[in-house]
Amino acid sequence: MKRLCWLVAAATIGATPAFAADQDTITIGMTESQTGALNVDSLAQQRGAEMWRDEVNAAGGIKAGDKHYKVRFVTYDDQSQGGRVQQLYTRLIVQDKAQFLFSPYSSGLVATAAVISEQYGKLMIITGGAEPRTYELGNKHLFQVITSADHYLSGAIEALATKNPHARVALVYSDDPFSKAVLSAARDQARKAGFEIVLDESYAPSTTDFGPIVNKIISSNAEAFLGGGHYPDGATLARQMYDQKANLKWATILVAAGDEKFADLKEAAFGISVPSQWETQVTYKPQFGPTAPEFAQAFQAKFKAEADYHAASGYTGGAILQHAIEQAGSIDSEKVTAALNATDVTTFFGPVKFATDAKHHGLQVAHQMVLAQWQRKNGKLGREVIWPTVAKTADIIYPLNQLH
Amino acid sequence: MLGILASILDGILVGSVYGLAAMGLTLIWGVMDVVNLTHGTVIVAGMFALYLLTTALNVPPYLALPPVLVGGFLFGVLLYWIAVHRMIGRPPLMSLLSTFAVNLVLIGAGTGLWGTVLFNVAVSLPGVSVERYTFPGTHIIAAVLTAAIAGCLYVFLHRTRLGKAVRAVANNREAAELVGIPTTRVLSLAFGLGVALAGVSGLLIATLFPFTVLSGDGYQLKSFVVTVLGGLGNPTGALLGGIALGLVEGLVTPFVPVSWTLVIEFMLFVAVLIVFPGGVFAAAGLTRRRARVVRRGAL
Repeated sequence: MKRLCWLVAAATIGATPAFAADQDTITIGMTESQTGALNVDSLAQQRGAEMWRDEVNAAGGIKAGDKHYKVRFVTYDDQSQGGRVQQLYTRLIVQDKAQFLFSPYSSGLVATAAVISEQYGKLMIITGGAEPRTYELGNKHLFQVITSADHYLSGAIEALATKNPHARVALVYSDDPFSKAVLSAARDQARKAGFEIVLDESYAPSTTDFGPIVNKIISSNAEAFLGGGHYPDGATLARQMYDQKANLKWATILVAAGDEKFADLKEAAFGISVPSQWETQVTYKPQFGPTAPEFAQAFQAKFKAEADYHAASGYTGGAILQHAIEQAGSIDSEKVTAALNATDVTTFFGPVKFATDAKHHGLQVAHQMVLAQWQRKNGKLGREVIWPTVAKTADIIYPLNQLH
Repeated sequence: MLGILASILDGILVGSVYGLAAMGLTLIWGVMDVVNLTHGTVIVAGMFALYLLTTALNVPPYLALPPVLVGGFLFGVLLYWIAVHRMIGRPPLMSLLSTFAVNLVLIGAGTGLWGTVLFNVAVSLPGVSVERYTFPGTHIIAAVLTAAIAGCLYVFLHRTRLGKAVRAVANNREAAELVGIPTTRVLSLAFGLGVALAGVSGLLIATLFPFTVLSGDGYQLKSFVVTVLGGLGNPTGALLGGIALGLVEGLVTPFVPVSWTLVIEFMLFVAVLIVFPGGVFAAAGLTRRRARVVRRGAL
């Protein structure tokens, strides 16, 4: 018995320093697509989150009540696969004892991670999953920072309507949850705007040759193209529409055209528009955190890469969680959830507010998207904001016939 | 109607390049009974070779073809000695696992070096326009070069001593050894040749479409379909199989939603396996024996 008491005492002494260290640290778990098809956008999102973490820790941590907490990330490679996400989020919660979670990238992976996080009642900030269905399932601890998929193409449709109110539109999109959700809403919006939908088809995400599809677009006599999906397919579509002279006056391509590598397509990139959650030129006045130019400069200095909206949303996810913890004065999950429910703020990323009704809990309701177009400035290809007009940095280039 | 014709023609042009890729796979499969699972990655290596040669050394895209052919051959010979040689004559699963392992290493190294970002080689060539439809110049040149390479391969296999040795080894390795053919050297040569063909097809595909480190999977899958269509170990059949696949893609797409194209392709694949287990174009094969073996269900 005496020996047992000594053992218990020794174990307690051994465990105490670790416990004390844990008390001053918040562990945030997440997966990143370090490999696989989603690598490009996931990497940007992760970099944004890491930049937030480093800034917070350099400033002494997050203040909750009278304590300061340093932020620690636990990250795994999900290989862009849902199966891995399921395993790894369970591990993050059960084994790594993550107190809060950040989402993986893409709607499909977020939907998978959300099942696990809700099962364990863990709060998850979502910065890379726009599909709205995840928030219609009665979840209570999910908070979406970005605009949901229903509004992705609203700006493009409004902008196109100003140039051609009766445009003949081709909707061609990847057969994945995000793209289908975007186009499902866009279909109705396009009809309401008075457009004629002359082609409406999805393609397998693994499609490599879009030649037959481009010929179909040409045969449909479409004047405008709305669609795409993620990075490889969207970029290939843009190039083949250019190579095969699809004779389009307007082309909006999801996601792919939002990445700086899209400029590698050279002439094929020119004139392509992309709905964007954020651009460096936006002029929101943040209530806390950096301004858009400050964020863009710091990101460039840290990663030697241009900040895109994935990076900005990754950073904003952290900043919103920090704000909620500070408002709650506690790291208790339920108190932070209540603080997030009450959040109504503006950051450099734009306004952020979450739906609190049971049918859409956690859905983003305040943030708005902009429409950017690849244009040439001083001989260099870059994205310019063309919609909404209050935020525009350049006029719309229309029509594109000579180019695509 | 013109739209359908344009779709079919473009399908044939691109399909011929798939055929070239499959020629590399089928050559290796036919000669040494090895299913080379590095095939897709080698195609990607050809794409990256083009990208590096054109961006770092400013080599015009099509002049990169000879160095990629030679580099691919040497890489293939090296790969043979590392991953394949000891597996020859063993159950097919051994070489399958061995090449799969090498494939994982190559993909891991590629992802580490370049991530999975998209690369694009912008090739500016005037196309041919018929009314509203345009056949890009890159597609036409790729098909012409494919035909030229396939012709050279045919001449090599049927008119040269070394080519005849390759066919002899494919037909009956023991008999080839008995007449003094150094079969091990011939096998390494055939593997090098197969890898070189895959690399060159990767180069040509990179002139048509953007690519990532992970693009190989899709092309590898197409190569398997084409190989089955064309008949195992039948380079000519592979070329015809590629053209047939492109034709089917081009013919089907105008009439059904594009998401059905893959379904129809694979239904065709299954139908061919049932009706022509040795491949539609098997008669012209490197070896008719192999077709008979397949028919008996031994492979």
